[in-house]
Amino acid sequence: MGKMEDRIDGRNANQLRPLACSRNLLHRAHGSARWSQGNTIVLAAVYGPKAGTKKGENPEKASFEVIWKPKTGQIGKQEREYEMILKRTLQSICLLNVHPNTTTSIIVQVVGDDGSLLPCAINASCAALVDAGIPMKNLAVAISCGLMEEGSIILDLTKSEEEKLKAFAYLVFPNSPLTVIPKVPLSKEQPIEQGIITSVTRGAMPVSGYFDCMNRGVAACAAISEFLRRSLQKQSSDDTSRAA
Amino acid sequence: METTTIGGGEGATGMAAHMEVEAFRRLFPLPFYDRHLSKSVRPDARTLDSARETTISLGPVASADGSALVKIGETTMLAAIKLEVMTPSTESSDEGSIAVEFYMPPICSPMVRPGRPAEVAPVISQQLSDVIMSSRMVNLKELCLISGKASWIAYLDVYCLNADGSLFDAALLSAVAAFTHLQIPLVSVNEEGRVFTVSGEQQEKTKLELVNKEKRKLSIGNTPFPVTCVIHKEHIVVDPTAEEEAIMETSITIVLDTLGNLVSIYKPGGVGLASTATIKECISRTKRRMQDLKIILEEAVSVMEVD
Repeated sequence: MGKMEDRIDGRNANQLRPLACSRNLLHRAHGSARWSQGNTIVLAAVYGPKAGTKKGENPEKASFEVIWKPKTGQIGKQEREYEMILKRTLQSICLLNVHPNTTTSIIVQVVGDDGSLLPCAINASCAALVDAGIPMKNLAVAISCGLMEEGSIILDLTKSEEEKLKAFAYLVFPNSPLTVIPKVPLSKEQPIEQGIITSVTRGAMPVSGYFDCMNRGVAACAAISEFLRRSLQKQSSDDTSRAA
Repeated sequence: METTTIGGGEGATGMAAHMEVEAFRRLFPLPFYDRHLSKSVRPDARTLDSARETTISLGPVASADGSALVKIGETTMLAAIKLEVMTPSTESSDEGSIAVEFYMPPICSPMVRPGRPAEVAPVISQQLSDVIMSSRMVNLKELCLISGKASWIAYLDVYCLNADGSLFDAALLSAVAAFTHLQIPLVSVNEEGRVFTVSGEQQEKTKLELVNKEKRKLSIGNTPFPVTCVIHKEHIVVDPTAEEEAIMETSITIVLDTLGNLVSIYKPGGVGLASTATIKECISRTKRRMQDLKIILEEAVSVMEVD
């Protein structure tokens, strides 16, 4: 790490951009959320579960459909890839047996893109799914980690950093479990955060660099996960007080 | 033949004793695979960490500048590269470019319907171009003809002829093989200052000076080699077939280059989580497979040179 202010925007290597999350913005959608990390802003809306699944999907399980709307222009290959990654990531964190033979649509609208777009979209859709009350196993928290030339790691990349860096990875982890049961030491078993749900990399990096990214990513995701949990709790208590 | 008794409340395992293997496979695919994997064997008699037979043949498409046909088991990919002259962009005036497209025609799989493009096709297309760019396999400067004036654009088209799992592996391997086979044609500049390619017969006739003296091959630097693994419970299954991919939903694709660098770890969601230990295990499988693939590719090249 060395120097403190080694990044263009004055952040240090481990520092994230300011996070913001607001929910229930669209009153026609069943659930919606706006997630921003600095100037990267994504608005996600959830419609469903609607009856029936698309052809080719397993009707015994709930199916998901992700529609990616870029800020401008037509949807390209990159966006199609993001749609697929997002769909399979969300499928892995939702309880698919609760609403069999249904389809839930997630519409992702990019409001601003200043790097780490996919992680931001994953965080936004996750908050939107919570807002819509879709049954989930756990939350997913996404982060981007960049590997600098000399091997140090920076978190939450901006667009200019993504273009300059040798290699970077988008990683998605399950959020840290919160339980009232006192912690039982898990014998040999990996703690839940150690596993990655989704990994996408760009650029060649040494194998050890990837594991460094993973370790840093886990630590950063714990912070994001804490932010997400607080923001969800705050807003749900607001909702109940308004209802009363 | 035994008659199957479907007793109330009898689970898949209870019924298994009275059922034909093929019926059991269709009705209870998951227990069918579980039983195989617990014995460390797969329905096609492979062990968990062995890949299917892989063949590479170079130059099946005579009209393309470089081409390759790759088979991994039943999965068949045809890659062809066509070079065209273009004006480079001002930012990278001494570089050529590569345009990748991946096609999944309806003949490749019963899942692809005519008139409706396959969902995975643009995803694999994007993955291919990301990996080719990330690995810096092709030095884009070698695709330059006259700095700032003319450079090559390589149109890489990969056709999936038969989709039986591990599509990305076969696609990347065919792309790599096609680039090793690629020969850059001769070019010349005419009176109007336009760059055009010179074919074999024209070479004697033309009075114009050739820009490049002889046909040359690209120097392929560190070649990327991919391996897709399916993670199912504690098992890691290398080089899955389409059936295995559909049943065990978590797949992870690792691309390593010949220098041992990690070009890509691609895991799009899936029920299973990949722990550090699992990833390390997958990487070691990839290293082993990379040695085999390297030999297969070298053999294909040497066969080509003898011809």
